[in-house]
Amino acid sequence: MLTAADDAALARATARRQARSRLLAHIVLALGVLVFAFPIWLTLVGSSHDANTIGRGDVPLWFGAQAITNYISAWTTGGSAVRTTGQVPAWLMLWNSLNMAVMIAVGKIVISLLSAYAVVFFSFPGRMVAFWLIFITLMLPVEVRIIPTFEVMVNLGLINTMAGLVVPLVASATATLLFRQFFLTIPDEYVEAAKIDGAGPLRFFKDVVMPLSVTNIAALFVILFIYGWNQYLWPLLIVSDKDLETVVVGMSKMIGTSDSQNEWNIIMATAVLAMLPPVAVVVFMQRWFVKGLTETEK
Amino acid sequence: MATLTLSAVRKQFGSTQVLHGIDLEVADGEMIVVVGASGCGKSTLLRIVAGLETPSSGIVRIDGRDVTALEPADRDIAMVFQNYALYPHMSVFENMAYGLKIRGMPMAEIKRRVAEAAEMLEIGPLLERKPRQLSGGQRQRVAMGRAVVREPKLFLFDEPLSNLDAKLRVQMRAEIRRLQMRLGVTSLFVTHDQVEAMTLGDRLVVMHAGRAAQVASPMEVWGRPADTYVAGFIGSPAMNFLNATLAAGGTAATLKAGPTIAFADGPRAGADGTALTIGIRPEHVAVSPDGLPLTVDLVEPLGSETVIHGHLPGGEGLVARLPLAAGDIGAVLPLALPAAAFHVFDAAGVRLGG
Repeated sequence: MLTAADDAALARATARRQARSRLLAHIVLALGVLVFAFPIWLTLVGSSHDANTIGRGDVPLWFGAQAITNYISAWTTGGSAVRTTGQVPAWLMLWNSLNMAVMIAVGKIVISLLSAYAVVFFSFPGRMVAFWLIFITLMLPVEVRIIPTFEVMVNLGLINTMAGLVVPLVASATATLLFRQFFLTIPDEYVEAAKIDGAGPLRFFKDVVMPLSVTNIAALFVILFIYGWNQYLWPLLIVSDKDLETVVVGMSKMIGTSDSQNEWNIIMATAVLAMLPPVAVVVFMQRWFVKGLTETEK
Repeated sequence: MATLTLSAVRKQFGSTQVLHGIDLEVADGEMIVVVGASGCGKSTLLRIVAGLETPSSGIVRIDGRDVTALEPADRDIAMVFQNYALYPHMSVFENMAYGLKIRGMPMAEIKRRVAEAAEMLEIGPLLERKPRQLSGGQRQRVAMGRAVVREPKLFLFDEPLSNLDAKLRVQMRAEIRRLQMRLGVTSLFVTHDQVEAMTLGDRLVVMHAGRAAQVASPMEVWGRPADTYVAGFIGSPAMNFLNATLAAGGTAATLKAGPTIAFADGPRAGADGTALTIGIRPEHVAVSPDGLPLTVDLVEPLGSETVIHGHLPGGEGLVARLPLAAGDIGAVLPLALPAAAFHVFDAAGVRLGG
């Protein structure tokens, strides 16, 4: 028989063990945060000093007094350093990036929704062939087909246009595949009930399939927006006009060759600005898809 | 309200023949239950009537109009699905109104019809809810309501009660029947449950391997089954089948178990010695001092009665439903097989005479 004292000892031991494992978890978490957050911290801090502080090679760990000046300068002019490419204000680059990322994400979602809908809900000859053709393109990364894609864009006269920037990135096998898998889980009875209700294919798509896909669309939008935002190689190739420069490419162009004096404070301010839209999208859409998760039920 | 006529409806999936020519006449306002084991083609038949499947050959007529080539929406039918198929993102009201909205009905009329149906089905307070906030029985009512608001010529029910628990099923069964009689809408109800079939149908279609084994009223199917399949399918516990041969110039049967028993309802055609199957329902077997000795294998007390499983001298099994808690395992019970309760089938299983 265990006495009350034994039980109390046991409870104390359990409490100690739980405290230890909590402590361990916190240490690991803190390390993780440090590793991930430290570069961002440096960027934030760096964007608040004048150019000379960083230029001397000091790495300040706390904020300086120049934050407002730096951000205004980055936002309106892109800094004062003379570069071969010329200065592009951050607001323009952000605007271009936003346009590109939204168009890519929306375009990908629209196209893959429609193609997945066709593949799942209609039986037509060559349906599986079409699906596998889409699927196979998954195997080819953008970089592999970048030369022929460039050639096509040149022939279409889409160099230095927003369309040239967006269109080649819009086709998405991954999103098609994801929507297909989701559509396969929609019970046949909905399709049949809709047929009896007299809903045609487009009506069914609009009234039933789309509302049921909201969660998936929100999740994909987040992923695809960030994918579009972070595009580097393709915008670098297709756009040389600085009015169409995206922020990811623009930032790299702000860093000059070894001889030149880089305005690190302005570059870091631009980097911070470039981080904000993806963060905003994640925060905003997260609410949505949590809502979607709790409201959808098949 | 309308009639439904099926003429020689056949269906093949690839090389598999699922329906071997179904003919059926459904009168205005009649409730027909299509019953059969899984895989007998009953659901396919319903789906052909709904227009969700196209028959390989044959004609479907609703109210005399050939609808074989028409889309489901153009047939003026409503269907209740097994899993209800309520659109999960729409409220109860929207679910019920959807079909009417697509048809371009004015909103006032839609509201009137939905309110009317909701009141009839007692789901008025639920109209703003989503399907997931409803219990199984409530979803069932909503699915019914969606069919009712359409005011269709034909109701189609595809095993609508099989997702409900036993108690609710009995309750909904009665409600469906009441509703159908009140509205007087011609209905086709598919089920695998013989109790549902017996209680709901004006007439039954007992399906077996893609054919309509028998089309008749429930009592007719129970009392004069057309073949051994129907006889064994309808009734619980299932009918007993005993091997026998024709004797005494066709006026009696000699059971494999021994005795020769004269038919109560006249002679059957055929030479003496022709193989027969005698069917007798467990509830018609009675204890009698000069009956056949049944060795008891298993006793199932049900309270009001007892089901006894045993075997006869020839080794054939027999089930008896007796109004007493009689017999222990291994005991021998003398049982009489009254000739008046015999169902006589030929060697192929087809009913003979009487």
